[in-house]
Amino acid sequence: MATSFAKFGNELYTGKRSYDFVDSKKIWFLIAAVLVALSILLPVVKGGFNLGIEFRGGSEFTVSNVKTTDAAIGEKAVEDVVSGSVPRVANVAGNTMRIQTDKLTEDETLQIKAGLTEAYGVTDNEVTSTFIGPTWGADVTKQALLGLLIFVALAAVLMALYFRTWKMSLSAIAGMLVTMFITAGVYALSDFEVTPSAVIGFLTVLSYSLYDTVVVFDKIRENTSNLQASTRRTFGEEVNLAVNQTLVRSINTMMVAILPVGAILFIGAGLLGAGTLRDLSLALFVGIFIGTAATIFIAAPLYAWLRQGEPELVKQAERVHQRRAQSAAKTDAAASPATA
Amino acid sequence: MARTGPKNSALRVLVWLGVILAVLTAVLAGGTMAGQASWAPKLALDLEGGTQMILAPKVEGGSEINEDQLNQAVAIIRQRVDGSGVAEAEISTQSGRNVVVSLPGTPSRETRALIQASADMNFRPVLQAGPGAAVPAESLTPVEQLPTPTAEPTNGSDVNWVTPELYQKFETLDCDNPSQDKQERSDPTKPLVTCEPASANSPAIKYILGPVEVKGSNISGSSFQLQRGAQGAVTNEWAVNIQFDEEGTAKFKEVTERLYQFYIAGGGQSGSDPKAQFAIVLDDQVISAPRSLAVITDGRPQITGGFTEESAKALSDQLRFGALPISFEIQSEQQISATLGGEQLRMGMLAGLVGLLLVVVYSLFQYRALGLVTVASLVVAGALTYLAIAILGWTENYRLSLAGVAGIIVAIGQTADSFIVYFERIRDELREGRGLVSAVENGWKRAKRTVLASKAVNLLAALVLYFVAVGNVRGFAFTLGLTAIADLIVVFMFTHPTLQLLARTKFFGEGHPLSGLDPKSLGAGPLYRGAGRFRTPAEKPAAAAALRAKNTGATAEAERRMTIAERRLAERQEQLAGSSKSTSKEGK
Repeated sequence: MATSFAKFGNELYTGKRSYDFVDSKKIWFLIAAVLVALSILLPVVKGGFNLGIEFRGGSEFTVSNVKTTDAAIGEKAVEDVVSGSVPRVANVAGNTMRIQTDKLTEDETLQIKAGLTEAYGVTDNEVTSTFIGPTWGADVTKQALLGLLIFVALAAVLMALYFRTWKMSLSAIAGMLVTMFITAGVYALSDFEVTPSAVIGFLTVLSYSLYDTVVVFDKIRENTSNLQASTRRTFGEEVNLAVNQTLVRSINTMMVAILPVGAILFIGAGLLGAGTLRDLSLALFVGIFIGTAATIFIAAPLYAWLRQGEPELVKQAERVHQRRAQSAAKTDAAASPATA
Repeated sequence: MARTGPKNSALRVLVWLGVILAVLTAVLAGGTMAGQASWAPKLALDLEGGTQMILAPKVEGGSEINEDQLNQAVAIIRQRVDGSGVAEAEISTQSGRNVVVSLPGTPSRETRALIQASADMNFRPVLQAGPGAAVPAESLTPVEQLPTPTAEPTNGSDVNWVTPELYQKFETLDCDNPSQDKQERSDPTKPLVTCEPASANSPAIKYILGPVEVKGSNISGSSFQLQRGAQGAVTNEWAVNIQFDEEGTAKFKEVTERLYQFYIAGGGQSGSDPKAQFAIVLDDQVISAPRSLAVITDGRPQITGGFTEESAKALSDQLRFGALPISFEIQSEQQISATLGGEQLRMGMLAGLVGLLLVVVYSLFQYRALGLVTVASLVVAGALTYLAIAILGWTENYRLSLAGVAGIIVAIGQTADSFIVYFERIRDELREGRGLVSAVENGWKRAKRTVLASKAVNLLAALVLYFVAVGNVRGFAFTLGLTAIADLIVVFMFTHPTLQLLARTKFFGEGHPLSGLDPKSLGAGPLYRGAGRFRTPAEKPAAAAALRAKNTGATAEAERRMTIAERRLAERQEQLAGSSKSTSKEGK
């Protein structure tokens, strides 16, 4: 298997085996468009995201080392104090319960705390209470979005300077936006709570998405830097070859990045239930996968498409086709280089 | 290039890395021995347990709070929290608007009320003063000799305010160990026993103060400047000016008239009657108690004596702040149980380890012996990150939060990516038919650029998030940035030199099948043709016809036999056959 994976890499490298990322861009763009549209529609249809308590505001109690994880006990303890309230009770870890309510007064908080201590048969210091104002989550998110905008703007400048073309920046950011929408869509679909931790995960995903694109684009830059002096391949073909040549790296990196995150998501969430780690790892798990795919299927083809109309490149493509026509006319097949 | 060149330089670099690790370890060990650092990183509240309050300052009259006032607010809250005997509280500002207070344990209701209350500044006359330490038990005033009021006090400086209980409280008060919990705010109409905490140039002093005579809200402004001498020339003494409003001016005049009498009666400049002093009290702590050297009729007193520029500014700020009472609204209060945090940390670590193991298995499977280099590099990066976090915890009080742990786990993948990019480049060079030694050098040249460019994106993200974001997003950004730097150090100082050395070993250099750098399996030798062969997918239509007609084996053979020079030559010939215009620069 490993041998064949290496061979797979060789064939990708020489162009003997080639996947068509650039030429069939229409299909990829269409798929992306559909997914993005779904990701936008889904929250609208569902009536928004499942916002965590940091965005809604309210009080939260955590009861650790409970004897029984019966949610009804917690609900009753809250309703005894505040009648008619609808608490959200969840088992967040092996034997830890989390009870979320609307905003309470200090007296109500203390009463409920006492009630929960008794109801779940735990000691006083095993029940903690938290009060979160609704502005808190909004604050975090506002700052995070601001940070995101600044980051994207700076990253675009950085890439434009490094690659010496703004079209690469544009393509990379388009890929990132696709990643962003689809990751958000998965959040809406999974009904995971949107917490500040999820927002962090989100930001990381976007930086990962750009990071991944830079690695692939660097290979594209290398392959296309001497294009004018060659009639071996057209610009689009060179881009496609570069993506193919980095495909093994893309797959390996994605696997290595996603394994620890997956471990947290599946092991951590299984043992821990909701919490910072789970919220983060879902965003990352989805985001790393989509981010890697977006680089290959969206960013690279988009870049090729943005540039192939440039007069220089059109001329070069003509030369390539001419040369191919000539060599096809010759029946000497062995002299022709492998096609990509 | 001499054979020994890269080898020696590789060894040198590895030695340097060893030195860096050793120095960091020594620093941490030294700190631990000195009892200031610990081997374990400091943990943030969410892992250690405690209470985090986020307070939104509110200015009376609803105007926006400025940065100056916010910093003042932090100073005030810090004083209050320290005064209430809570150790290790952390107070910081957040996004220029809020104050974040993190306390271990659960604050009492009193502490909470105290933190929330608006700043309380007022002026009280001094009745009695003494050194800040508690009077030793053997020299306490006997009960029968305690001062006893003989009549109702008539003004703020009347010693009849001092009751036996009050005097006992005064004697037993120890300003250096304010062990007693600060209770409710003092009653402004009653006398008060309190301290002026020790400062840089004076020890702590304790006072018995009379009732409040002028309120902080009567201050309309305050400034500080270099004092002017009698001739109006600027001296090098700092002074603080206060400006009272109308009501304050009238009251202050009344008070100074009385206090000035004590000053004269006590012997003027050389006198030491504490009753000539007027204490400025903030949150029931004396911040300054100047003597009244004159009757102030215009409501513009000046405080002088032993100020540095800083202390003058500090006092002036406090006065201005006292004039503008800020109260705090608790935006959120989170009590985090240590058990839950610990549980999360344990699980996080466990999941992280499992993830790491999977990464190890995967890289060994993908890269054979080279995978071991990945694993070793990850270990070195981990050691660097750990040392950095532990040392920063000691020097910068950096605390590792759960979000930070997540940042580290995420970084595993991105760190490994540098190695993967590098290895793939080496393999590409091998496919070009180079020997391993030169493949490592050339592959590194190309990989270096990619790694630097992509890490720049990561560092940028970490920096922006760190400076813009709030709360736990910062902890995450911090570790993300830290691991990116550690990763760069490792890839430059460990992975590459190690490979340079390995390239010269028999096992790798000759491309043992298990080395992961076997030229044969990389297509530089006869291609493996067996059952495990991939079925080639349909190639692109343009090429498919031509290709299918050909013997694919022959193609590979022809390709393989072409040296780079031959290939270039072929390209050049093709070029000449095509259009002859050649511009080597890429167009925009």
